[in-house]
Amino acid sequence: MADRTIGPRYEALARFLERRVAVAALAVIVLFVLAAVFAPLLAPYDPTATSWSAIRKAPSVAHWMGTDENGRDVLSRVIFGARASLLAGAVAVAIAAGIGLPAGLLAGFARGWIDAVLSRIVDAVLACPFLILAIALAAILGPNLTNAMIAIGISSAPRFMRVARAATLEAAALEYVEAARAIGNPPWRVAVFHVLPNIVPPVLVQATLAIAAAIIAEASLSFLGLGQQPPDPSWGSMLNAAQRFLTQAPWLAVFPGLAIFLCVLSFNLVGDGLRDALDPRA
Amino acid sequence: MNAQLAGRIAQVVPTLLLVSLLVFCLQHLMPGDPAIVLAGEERGDPVVLAQIRAELWLDRPLPLQYWHWIGQIAHGDFGISWHTREPIAKLIAQKLPVTLQVGGMAFVIAVLIGVPAGIVAAVCRGKVWDYAATAAALAGLSTPNFWLGIMLILLLSVHLGWLPPSGFVPPSEDWRQSLATTIMPAFVLGNAIAAILMRHTRSAMLTAMSQDFVRTARAKGLSEMGVIVGHALRNALLPVVTLGALELGTLLSGAVLTEQVFSIPGFGKMIVDAVFNRDYPVVQGVVLVTAFLTVMLNLAADILYVVINPRLRDG
Amino acid sequence: MRRLLLAAACLMSLLTAAQAQTLRIALREDADGLDPTLARSYVGRIVFAGLCDKLFDLNEKLEIVPQLATGYEWADPVTLVLHLRQGVTFHNGEPFDATAVKYTLERHLTMQGSFRRGEIGTIDHVDIVDPATVRIVLKTPTSPLLAQLTDRAGMMLPPKATEAAGKDFAQHPICSGPFMFNERVAQDRIVLDRFPGYWDAANVHFDKVVYRPMPDSAVLMANLRANAIDLAERVLPTDVAAVKADTKLRLTTSPGLGYEGITFNIDHGDRSKAPINQNALLRQAFEAAIDRQALVEVVYAGMYQPNAQAISPASPFHVAEIPPPPRDLARAKALIKQAGVPTPIVVNINVPTTAGPTQEAEVIQAMVREAGFDLKINLIEFASSLSAAAQGNFESWLIGWSGRADPDGNLYAFLHTGTQQNDARYSNATVDAMLDQARSVSDVAARRALYAKMWQQERADLPLIYLFTPVNIVGMSAKLSGFKPVPDGMIRLQGMALAK
Repeated sequence: MADRTIGPRYEALARFLERRVAVAALAVIVLFVLAAVFAPLLAPYDPTATSWSAIRKAPSVAHWMGTDENGRDVLSRVIFGARASLLAGAVAVAIAAGIGLPAGLLAGFARGWIDAVLSRIVDAVLACPFLILAIALAAILGPNLTNAMIAIGISSAPRFMRVARAATLEAAALEYVEAARAIGNPPWRVAVFHVLPNIVPPVLVQATLAIAAAIIAEASLSFLGLGQQPPDPSWGSMLNAAQRFLTQAPWLAVFPGLAIFLCVLSFNLVGDGLRDALDPRA
Repeated sequence: MNAQLAGRIAQVVPTLLLVSLLVFCLQHLMPGDPAIVLAGEERGDPVVLAQIRAELWLDRPLPLQYWHWIGQIAHGDFGISWHTREPIAKLIAQKLPVTLQVGGMAFVIAVLIGVPAGIVAAVCRGKVWDYAATAAALAGLSTPNFWLGIMLILLLSVHLGWLPPSGFVPPSEDWRQSLATTIMPAFVLGNAIAAILMRHTRSAMLTAMSQDFVRTARAKGLSEMGVIVGHALRNALLPVVTLGALELGTLLSGAVLTEQVFSIPGFGKMIVDAVFNRDYPVVQGVVLVTAFLTVMLNLAADILYVVINPRLRDG
Repeated sequence: MRRLLLAAACLMSLLTAAQAQTLRIALREDADGLDPTLARSYVGRIVFAGLCDKLFDLNEKLEIVPQLATGYEWADPVTLVLHLRQGVTFHNGEPFDATAVKYTLERHLTMQGSFRRGEIGTIDHVDIVDPATVRIVLKTPTSPLLAQLTDRAGMMLPPKATEAAGKDFAQHPICSGPFMFNERVAQDRIVLDRFPGYWDAANVHFDKVVYRPMPDSAVLMANLRANAIDLAERVLPTDVAAVKADTKLRLTTSPGLGYEGITFNIDHGDRSKAPINQNALLRQAFEAAIDRQALVEVVYAGMYQPNAQAISPASPFHVAEIPPPPRDLARAKALIKQAGVPTPIVVNINVPTTAGPTQEAEVIQAMVREAGFDLKINLIEFASSLSAAAQGNFESWLIGWSGRADPDGNLYAFLHTGTQQNDARYSNATVDAMLDQARSVSDVAARRALYAKMWQQERADLPLIYLFTPVNIVGMSAKLSGFKPVPDGMIRLQGMALAK
């Protein structure tokens, strides 16, 4: 009976690998992660090293992506900027899942008044537009990358709760789950060992898409000045400076934005691919 | 009335209460002492501070403060801005219409782009147009809207000089200039919503087109176009129509960024300025108003959905 | 018949030419409250130039010329007699006379929160001689007094309306300038309408003036080039080339009177406990790590002048023997060692969100990092940074001063014990003595010598690190005529006109 849960997973993986676009996107993500991890080795210059003689230089052999308004190498800053973005994505989603998954599991499994209360709380938090809530939280906690990650994580938690809850409701109706309950397993055991493995797929899809949203959110907060603080690079704060010098140094606006676009697009493609792979009905 | 609908309306009340509790908690977590800020020059005088605290009910127990605060909100008193000393309700009344104007244009643009694209993609499923439209939608969703705005300014304002790069002119002053200043931000704002609309329209159309009653219509001999327009489209438009209300949150979040990039004195820019002004009552007021609007609009969307969809009306 | 038509056409064109002419001015940031007694901001003064007339004004040569007062004489070293202009009314119809002058000066001296006390605090009392003559008696001889009356301290207010408005005067300011207050939307615009009863109405060629804050220089440049604004009171040096290249625009430069600097919280509340605020050696190390020349090159295309004093190098009161020291990283590190504080030393700095200061802060951050300081930038909107400083809610603050014709205007209110704009709460007996003495003397050389002694003490304590003297760069539409560049940077609307 145990191999019932293994088979579908291999099938899903096979389906995923068939979609070449999704696989390519996964490769891009791996590249970004490698760039972030090995940034000190890959970046040609120190991203915070200023050079007063090389202000706003156009892309050249010495500086492939040019230099910014303080003479810092843009390529190095883009590479190191991956750290802020990917870290924000991972940590924020970890927080969101850490809050949302148990909440959704509890609500979907226990039902009744617990479900009603949790669902209303989620409705209330979801009523605040994502970025506005994140800004308010950043205002309270103070502007820096860590607080931005916490703010994004809290703002993303409701969606996880909803997904986990919907999946739990579905899974709880499965025959073998009901059977597990019937033979006298305590509810928590059923929830953890029988329901939880089944809700992982949709939560995984949500997580991937949430990372994409978190990367854009971190870039947005940094663009507004509420995320990564200078001199540490972030793709979003680089775009803020780029806007100030749009006429004198247009290249400053191109590369960080392109990085965000590629990174987010890849996560979205992988998320879509996962969703299609894990849900054969679509 | 529909029992499901009655249930939804009943749910709104606790949600609104929880929203107000959430905002109230935010208010008390914000740094800064309101009494000291509002005392201004007299902040060293303990008598004045005590007087202000009494006026603001800050010396009462928290539940009473909450009660007082709800009463004020019900009367339209959202507090005073610490920066300008003006009533926040007045600031909101000044800035919200600007955001709604751009947002309204954005939604229109989104519908004009997204719905036809979704229809084309569904009809041409599996072929080039489908892939193109789907790819464009995904690209639109993955582009940070402030970057799109900056790129558009670079192209249309700096290079071509066709449109003003920033600022806002109200339509009452000069409708042509107003259009010129709002078309770029509206496009940028509408971009993400167009992508979402496109995907929803496409999947709704596909579902509708494969349903029994459509196959029946085809069997009866109706032309392909007749089938599409007559049945599939009408049914596919239902989720699309109600989606508009649900995307208010996306619109407002996006507006925060586009108003910053295009320097539009709207609701979104107000909250960002408030953060840099350490003007916490305004931050809190914005959160409250947007949450309230979203809840009410979601309810309106649900009611609208039931009203339009004949099959749900009888429960 | 033809002549009649021609005459009618001419009349029509005259009428259309006389149609509502609006002047749109971009400000570098949003003004604080529009109350001359309580205001502190430079851009507020620009708005006042359209809203409020003063007793005296300055011309391009920084000479004192009449405005609301037609003449003056010193009856004795402590008595100033002013002759007032006749036939002037305030925007609300109240007449301008000696009663208004006495009321306003007393308000500037006594109102709670007044920032004018440090400027005209030596006034003992004001006597009304007759409706057109006022006698001001000082406690001690004060040479800079007349210069102060060319700024906010000299802006006159209508007694009845101001008394009725009290603290809320700024919500709807009433003055006697060429334009009246219409409306103000925070962070968006300040709108003034032409005042038909202005005493110099012939010189006013606009029906409306709109001031728009644009802290973002890219937005400002874009608006200027797109003809969405007619005049930008400040163009960043990095944008000068673009303005010069545009034939539809014109540029005017004039030497500045002010400075940009870093103020440290020496003794103003809890935040003065930070290591850098407790130890002068650390501040000296901080200064030694800064390369003023590079700072000015990077952020301002080398157009501004490095300076270690509050007085512009072009001023006769500038002490040539105290030039801005070049960067000395070794000395900086040695001083930190001497102070015995472990690195990295965290320094929190409040930085206004305006374009120039944000970049200055990043450059300084990079420079001082090499010496061992970890500078944490705290972005805060300009006017809010003013109130934060007034409450002692800062550790250090990157802030400038627009400057006054008289050097006392750049020094006294900031460095003297107990003065309103001394947010650092710096107090030193030598500095106080030198500033007080310099005030009572009128000989330029003598005053400069006193200031030299003051600078020696100031540079040992460094409550304020002076960085550079800005230059006034005003960008405007080529159709705008009549702008007179005065070194104080003000936009005087009388005489300006916009060609069709």
